[in-house]
Amino acid sequence: MITLQGIGKSFKVARRAAGLRQAAKSLFVREHTVVEALRDITFQVGEGEIVGYIGPNGAGKSTSIKVMSGILVPDAGTCSIMGFTPWKERTAYVRNIGVVFGQRSQLWWDVPVLDSFQLLRDIYKIPAAEYAGQLALLTETLELGSLLQTPVRQLSLGQRMRCEIAASLLHSPRVLFLDEPTIGLDAVSKQAVRQFIRTINREKGVTVILTTHDMSDIEALASRILLIGKGTLLYDGTLSQLRGRFGSHRTVTAHYSENARPPEIPGAQTISWSPERAVFSVDTGQLPIADVLARLSGQVELLDVEIEAKPVEELIIELYKEHRI
Amino acid sequence: MRAYLSVWKLRFINGMQYRTAAVAGIATQLFFGLIFIMVYVAFYGQGSSHTNFPLPDLVSYVWLQQIFLSFIMLWFRDNEIFALITGGNIAYELCRPCGLYPFWFAKLVGQRLSSAVLRCFPILIIVFFLPQPYRLSPPPSPAAFALFVLALLIGLVLVVSVSMLIYISVFWTLSPTGSTLMISVAGEFFAGMVIPVPLMPVWLQRVSDFLPFRWSADFPFRVYSGQIPASDALWGIAAQLAWIAVVVGFGQWSMRRALRQVVVQGG
Repeated sequence: MITLQGIGKSFKVARRAAGLRQAAKSLFVREHTVVEALRDITFQVGEGEIVGYIGPNGAGKSTSIKVMSGILVPDAGTCSIMGFTPWKERTAYVRNIGVVFGQRSQLWWDVPVLDSFQLLRDIYKIPAAEYAGQLALLTETLELGSLLQTPVRQLSLGQRMRCEIAASLLHSPRVLFLDEPTIGLDAVSKQAVRQFIRTINREKGVTVILTTHDMSDIEALASRILLIGKGTLLYDGTLSQLRGRFGSHRTVTAHYSENARPPEIPGAQTISWSPERAVFSVDTGQLPIADVLARLSGQVELLDVEIEAKPVEELIIELYKEHRI
Repeated sequence: MRAYLSVWKLRFINGMQYRTAAVAGIATQLFFGLIFIMVYVAFYGQGSSHTNFPLPDLVSYVWLQQIFLSFIMLWFRDNEIFALITGGNIAYELCRPCGLYPFWFAKLVGQRLSSAVLRCFPILIIVFFLPQPYRLSPPPSPAAFALFVLALLIGLVLVVSVSMLIYISVFWTLSPTGSTLMISVAGEFFAGMVIPVPLMPVWLQRVSDFLPFRWSADFPFRVYSGQIPASDALWGIAAQLAWIAVVVGFGQWSMRRALRQVVVQGG
């Protein structure tokens, strides 16, 4: 479905130190540095996959999305998506994709959402019946009913984002690129957006590539992650593989009725302790959870226990560390 | 084609919302029209005879300039397009299965049309009932009127194709100020917006003949008053079409070049 082979892209970035003197100097001599935004990016995505594309700020996520959506011409490498080279056959290609740039807007600011949708219908030449069907589906799943007649400027961010996503899907694309679709959204809107992405992926088989900084997006949606850092692809695999690689560690939080002495568990590391609560880090490879619980209940009167796998954020930070990015 | 019609329509609808701006525009344009005509009445009263451009023709010239200001003004700009380029929202425009040049073109035509439609009728009615010599006189013949409408509409296309060059230049300069200022100052002067072209020295008139700007503003207005006879008007329309071919061709070529090296600004 999507094949990237050795994609590279560099930008010339103007650079000067602050201050009047430097500014005056730059009138005559401009200093540029070449920033390699993407270096030898190679991966494949199959039909119907949801791939989480993650990396720190400035890693090259958005640049890759721009290359894949045909907006940016890379300096090197080949890219084939549904048989198209995005930047060469742009007009024919973009008919088959939907793109959401979370930080930008495609809706007309001063007119009701529906007007923007109708413009998109005409741009993509969507047949009337198909448009009506798709709009009904999107209205229902994204709960747009009351929003469609409202001018965009009067929508809240969450409402607008739902409309943006709907706008990108009116023409039933086969591939959907989401560049930070949940940025700035509250928990409820995030949940709605995720639910929706899952639905279209399952029911319509839409291939989704999603960039985000919110690891819970990844956890909720993506079975596969691509980690990019400083323009290089660092990890390509499933979330559970990543977990397995770093994490037989569990965090055990125990709540108990007041106890003067901290509970002691050999082999587990105490992270914090108070008379009512203790947090341990346990390597389940060395010490089974059952043993931990047995020892705890022997020493204190347990009220509640939480066992958590290491959060994905921490796994990612470890990956960053491993690759020194 | 449908897409371009649709974006034209949406821009038109969008423009029709701004009623207060239209009312303010009507007042401004009436004010400027009256002031300009007063100046020329005084000027003509000094006995300087301009047999080739009588006062009633000049009065229609000035009023038509004011009425169709949004058709002919080069500084009339769509800040949204500038924002698209400098802010990076152009990313969305580029994900659409249609040519960017015709897309923006349709947008700009829609914007100018909506602005003109809102303003022109009230001003038209008022200036037809003003006392002489301020009154706008009707065209001498139906043929002159028909040719005027045709020339005005083709002129609109020409103005938009010239203004497209301003938008395209922003891909390189990232600021619309310079190119708008340069093209609009030169363009408006040679379009007769400062001094009507027939009142310019002959050599300046020759210069303006060889530039596109006169053909969008000065030319249709003189067709209206019959100052340019019907037979010459047809040649003028041919010149308009030729200019459109040249400017649109150049615009599309430079846009293709711009897009090849486009850097979408921002993250």
